[in-house]
Amino acid sequence: MPDPNWQPRIVAFFCNWCTYTAADLAGVSRLKYAPNVRVIRLMCSGRVDPQFILDALARGADGVLIGGCHIGDCHYVEGNLKTLRRFQMLKRLLHDLGIEDQRVRLEWISASEGERVKMVINEMVEQVRTLGPLNLPKRFADWDREMTSLEESIREKEREEAEVVHA
Amino acid sequence: MPKPKIAFYWCASCGGCEEAVVDLAEDILGVVEAVDIVFWPVAMDFKKKDVEAMPDQSIVATLLNGAIRTSEQEEMAHLLRRKSQFLIAYGACAQLGGIPSLANQFSREQLLRYVYEETPTMVNDAKTRPQSTFQNNGHTVTLPEFRNVVRALDQVVGVDYYIPGCPPTPKITKAAVGALLEGKLPPKGGVLAPDIALCDQCPRKATKPTNVSFTEFKRPHTTHLDPGKCFLTQSVVCMGPATRGGCEAVCTRGNMPCSGCFGPTSRVRDQGAKMLSSLCANVASKDEGGISGILSGIPDPVGTFYRYGLAKSLLRRKVDLPTDGDRAKS
Amino acid sequence: MKHENSNGDVRIGFYICHCGANIAGTVDCPAVAAYAAKLPGVVVSRDYKYMCSDPGQELIQQDIREHRLSRVVVASCSPLLHEQTFRNACAAGGLNPFYFQMVNVREHDSWVHTDRAEATAKAKALAHAAIRRVRFHRALETAKVRIHPDVLVVGGGIAGIHAALTLGNAGKQVYLVEREPSIGGHMAKFDKTFPTLDCAACILTPKMSAVRSHQNITLWTCSEVVKVEGYVGNYTVTVKRKPRYVNEELCVGCQECIKACVFKEGKFPDEFNVGLSKRKPIYIPFPQAVPQVVLIDPERCIQVKTGRCKQTCLEACADRHAIDFTQKEQLVEIKVGNIIVATGFKLFDAKRIPQYGYGLYPNVVTSIELERLVTSSGPTAGDIVLRDGRTPKSVGFILCVGSRDLKTNRWCSRTCCMHSMKLAQLVREHTDADVTVFYMDIRAPGKGCEEFYDKSLKEGIQFVRGRVAEVTDWALAPEEEGKLVIRVEDTLAGFVRRIPVDMIVLAVGMEPQADAQEVRRLFNMSCGSEGWFLEKHPKLAPVSTFTDGVFIAGCCQGPKDIPDSIAQAGAAAAEALALIDKGYIEQEPNTAYIEEADCSGCKSCIPLCPYTAIAFDEAKQKATINAALCKGCGTCVAACPSGSIRQNLFEDEEIFSEIEGVLSYA
Repeated sequence: MPDPNWQPRIVAFFCNWCTYTAADLAGVSRLKYAPNVRVIRLMCSGRVDPQFILDALARGADGVLIGGCHIGDCHYVEGNLKTLRRFQMLKRLLHDLGIEDQRVRLEWISASEGERVKMVINEMVEQVRTLGPLNLPKRFADWDREMTSLEESIREKEREEAEVVHA
Repeated sequence: MPKPKIAFYWCASCGGCEEAVVDLAEDILGVVEAVDIVFWPVAMDFKKKDVEAMPDQSIVATLLNGAIRTSEQEEMAHLLRRKSQFLIAYGACAQLGGIPSLANQFSREQLLRYVYEETPTMVNDAKTRPQSTFQNNGHTVTLPEFRNVVRALDQVVGVDYYIPGCPPTPKITKAAVGALLEGKLPPKGGVLAPDIALCDQCPRKATKPTNVSFTEFKRPHTTHLDPGKCFLTQSVVCMGPATRGGCEAVCTRGNMPCSGCFGPTSRVRDQGAKMLSSLCANVASKDEGGISGILSGIPDPVGTFYRYGLAKSLLRRKVDLPTDGDRAKS
Repeated sequence: MKHENSNGDVRIGFYICHCGANIAGTVDCPAVAAYAAKLPGVVVSRDYKYMCSDPGQELIQQDIREHRLSRVVVASCSPLLHEQTFRNACAAGGLNPFYFQMVNVREHDSWVHTDRAEATAKAKALAHAAIRRVRFHRALETAKVRIHPDVLVVGGGIAGIHAALTLGNAGKQVYLVEREPSIGGHMAKFDKTFPTLDCAACILTPKMSAVRSHQNITLWTCSEVVKVEGYVGNYTVTVKRKPRYVNEELCVGCQECIKACVFKEGKFPDEFNVGLSKRKPIYIPFPQAVPQVVLIDPERCIQVKTGRCKQTCLEACADRHAIDFTQKEQLVEIKVGNIIVATGFKLFDAKRIPQYGYGLYPNVVTSIELERLVTSSGPTAGDIVLRDGRTPKSVGFILCVGSRDLKTNRWCSRTCCMHSMKLAQLVREHTDADVTVFYMDIRAPGKGCEEFYDKSLKEGIQFVRGRVAEVTDWALAPEEEGKLVIRVEDTLAGFVRRIPVDMIVLAVGMEPQADAQEVRRLFNMSCGSEGWFLEKHPKLAPVSTFTDGVFIAGCCQGPKDIPDSIAQAGAAAAEALALIDKGYIEQEPNTAYIEEADCSGCKSCIPLCPYTAIAFDEAKQKATINAALCKGCGTCVAACPSGSIRQNLFEDEEIFSEIEGVLSYA
């Protein structure tokens, strides 16, 4: 049974020029949205190394949101295009590895779209809430539980041997 | 002075790593001269009991190859860890999970069902499966437990050094053994191979222009491979840029692209993610449809980017597979 | 050691700002400070009312000295607002400013969440991320980039003209690029200006002439910017100069050629008079045009189109040889340090609201058409006439045509109320027609504008409050025969009225230029959702954009009147001057760099850089990054397959530690 107090944990990577600024605008406009997203600022969505997304998931994020400038609007000409290309393949890879589509999302949000920050975050939080926890750290621990009885028996044996030596 | 004691052990692997030791050819004689091989089940008759009888840390180094898939392998890994001063993960399977860890895309049930029931060559009307214990004529017969997850060696016990490769080349094996015997090992935890990607020593490096972008991807069996040109220039995925060098480019010299067996450099946490990042960023198309069309030339991303490293990738395994070992579930 | 302090002994000072009640109202600041105090490396953890205040900054400096802090983290507002403030405070305390990290707990937390417990938990996680991250920070130096003193001004309307003159008068070289054959923009078409009713030409023409004769201003008309490369202080701009088939240096504006043209009469719609008059293929846009040079319309000129004309114009030009049919389009490259974009607006197309009958009923005109009619230099020499030549006895003005309208444009165009009242007064002045203004709200907030409204009322102009439903020529009563009938709900009287008039003037609103999106991309600017160019900050940086060294002025940023456009132009010029006079700009040291020993020379990164900052060193067989060209996007860093490219301020370790931090749920 999932914990009724469970709240989705979402890590976001926002580009400095568009989506981070849009999130600032959402703040200045006092829009209210779900508190589940924690934003990491990068200069460009092109800096989002797929390792960051996998690492966030592996460390316990239930979802990852990437925000960049609209195509054609990148502050660095085409950084967001490179993100889009990586993202397409990464989505296929994640799909093959059992991560649901809605957990990892790429959104183009321009500096003036504070309202869209709110909309995207609220929508994503609800989608991830419906999917339930990903909680990979717990899954990793569950997977490794199959080794514990052997490890314990080895430790037990070692203890016995040590006692024999001391005796 | 007694010769240093060395052990070799084979877990979930193809046996190629054992061959690699033999591939040292006449140099093996030097090794045999210099060391005392105390345990090498593939070549010499030792039993587990013999190892158990050895004092702890009495083996200077154990070179263990293969991934860890069964309870027996786990047990041996623990035992050899305890008996060895240095436990060395030998080869891609021990270091990264290797090809066997591609099985981490499937549950134990899926694997057993396929192998014992569904393969075209299988005749097994009774649907008999291996069991960990079996009663026969009053005797209990046991088999090792087949684990749910394939693991690299360091996901089971602590590892001191890694010798990469599928299999490790004679040269890096010799260098590692040499360093070991001379006590010239780097700080613990390191990979005993150069920390620079393969392109550095690939003979095709100079043929790659500085503006390669991809309008398609071809697979080695669908195209004529130019024997001299950089594979990426030929739209063939080559993992070389994301893979540690040290193999002396044996595959690319043999007209096959690198498939990544030496694993990532020390600066990379997830080899597959990094190769994906580099490759896809250089796709030529600027629209979603065009991009996905080009990327469809890589039909199996897991098999392409994590051929040797799924167990040690950041996600380790297909994450929605069952974990309880319950055979009823798939 | 390549990265000193990467995980060594650091002494972190953590500060969380209350920002009055802005943060403290939603986030339990003392609790966050207490949480941070227990994190590894933190030696000082405080909460304070206003960290950005002088005492707040002094607190940091004092702690750096007294507690030997080697890292500082401030949780307050957005780094886009105060990162520099706190970096400066660190520097003043003797710490390298890049040993600082900022946490955004206002815009991204207290202002957007309501639940105190949740907002506080988020603040803790964000603080934790920064505290983990700052450990990996390294001491960095900012690079100084020289600012090229020349400035490009794009658009020769009143805003562009004023900006160019301000800069030129300050002794700076200015390129003023205008797409049309003359500068002057919309203002040149106006008769008088509100609320003073001073003559538009009288105030604009001297400024236009000043541009023409200014030794520091290079004026290129019939020209468009087609490419912009580089960065603040060092832009390389390519300008397309379209042929006017007349040599600007040789033409003296005598207009003999126009008289001599094989077309005896004007045959083609005159753009300046919004089609109310005709011109020849060779023409001068309007009498006060700057430059005072004729031009040939290649779409209309027989010689240009077919090469088979008698070329009577050439004869008329005689020995001046100003006419040159061989002129070709030219691309000119210039170097400038700053760019002011003043590309203006376009008028709403009244045909988009068919119920107002524009294009259907000849006597429904737009405000700019009436403007040309009342101008003494216009097609009727200042006579306000109907299409059949009669003088109207009644005129109705419909306001908010294409403004404040959910079906077309939602914004208020800000000038149409005043503009319409001005035209209404001019109609009263030029004719004895009855004038009725149909409005939703009269917006007269400018200086002297409310008084102008009073004056309009006193002069007998009728005001009917209500959005006009329809204009029709379907007469239902004898007094409506031959008239246009305005159907409107008079919301003050409370009933629907039918008001017959002779002429209807549609007060069309302002819209972004049709090519605003392309222009925005050209200059790497942003647009708001309406399509106006976006300022960096609506209050604190109203003429700056998100691209350093690119400023905006006038109506391209949003509808405004002439005084506001000029004020913005002056502000934009001042911003450019500030950069020029400083002489250099300090660049954020967020550039990428390659660890030479690590690079395998795979060349994957090279095609990814849009600034060609990455080159392949053939001798070393490795890639190298030219820091001067790198703009710090980090795309190559993310793409380096062997992890051999790093980025200052955004190192992998820094981001991984942030990921770990934001996922800490205390």
